[in-house]
Amino acid sequence: MKIAVSASDNNLDTMVDPRFGRCAYLLIVDSQTGEIVSGGRNEFAAAGGGAGTQTAQWAIREGAEVVLTGNVGPNAYNVLRAGKVKVYAGVSGSVRDAIARLNKGELSEISNSTVPPHSGMR
Amino acid sequence: MRIAIASGKGGTGKTTVAVNLALMRGNVQLLDCDVEDPDAALFLHPQISTISSVYVTVPRVLLHRCIFCAECAHFCAYNALVVLPDQWLVTPELCKDCGGCYLVCPEDALTTERRKIGLIQFGVSGSVNVVTGDLQAGEAMPSPLIRRVKQEANKEGWVIVDAPPGTSCAMITAIEGCDACVLVTEPTPFGLHDLQLASEVVKILGLPCGVVINRSDLGDSGVREFCRDKGLPVLLEIPFDRGLAVAYSRGVPVTYVSEHWRSVFQELLDAIESRFGDKKR
Repeated sequence: MKIAVSASDNNLDTMVDPRFGRCAYLLIVDSQTGEIVSGGRNEFAAAGGGAGTQTAQWAIREGAEVVLTGNVGPNAYNVLRAGKVKVYAGVSGSVRDAIARLNKGELSEISNSTVPPHSGMR
Repeated sequence: MRIAIASGKGGTGKTTVAVNLALMRGNVQLLDCDVEDPDAALFLHPQISTISSVYVTVPRVLLHRCIFCAECAHFCAYNALVVLPDQWLVTPELCKDCGGCYLVCPEDALTTERRKIGLIQFGVSGSVNVVTGDLQAGEAMPSPLIRRVKQEANKEGWVIVDAPPGTSCAMITAIEGCDACVLVTEPTPFGLHDLQLASEVVKILGLPCGVVINRSDLGDSGVREFCRDKGLPVLLEIPFDRGLAVAYSRGVPVTYVSEHWRSVFQELLDAIESRFGDKKR
């Protein structure tokens, strides 16, 4: 299974980026091996509007079935839900720890967006 | 003569100037283009004759034609469209109705859907015709509604455009195509900062421009120095006056209150006529 994690940098020891749509990097991690398999710098981070919808589309097209992030807005959430992606928000700490906690069943799935639109711009 | 009343900084007195100028001029059409907070009608109390809904179009997919190629989503500069392997999604609030997605779709799979964004109201107050744009709460984009209000502008005679504050798309949409622009400001660092931005916008749009300094006996000399340096004519200075504030708070145009205020706004009307009057339509 592929996990999309919003991240501050391009490695497993960096912090989970609290923003989904405007995260600095989106890392696609294989849950079996724990390795980064794709993703990278988020070219939508500085979009005028609609960053969330595009980052969500990217995650789905990369085959992610799960998203780990801090907060997610309504537009991004709608796209992720349409793509049947499970979203775990309120995640902090390192990317490696976040994946470990997901595997141990310590994270809880959300069923709605956690912040209003444009929150990642502030 | 189509004259825009704009400001940069909010709360400087655009509507006070627009409303009282309209009343002094008479036989005038006032377009309230501050559609996120239209308040000219609070002073003019026009008798409303017509209220119409204003719509924009957003794309809708014909699923039996869509091949999920995502050409439309790639084209959309506003990120309003998302195409997943088997789904087509639109975020209507992000769509600016540019029409590009319909053109790039290789399968002719997109059609249009109407989305209401607000109201346009037509009313009369004495010899002032009031056209008000009223954006629906929660709408992010005022420009389509402002364009709709401006379509109602009379081709002849005096038209006063009450513009929204700021220097963004909404303000530009409101003032473009006018013959001249009056920038209402206040003599504070904030007022000066936004006046500088607004006067640059007006210059780029090629409109002749004058300044009204409200609460002119407060603050500092920065605005006056800026106007002098840039050759911007100061058309009127309005000293702070408690009576004006009281009338405002009661929704009473101050030119109804006393002869003094009628002469003040007559002075502004004369200054506009003499400076920009050769632009008269």
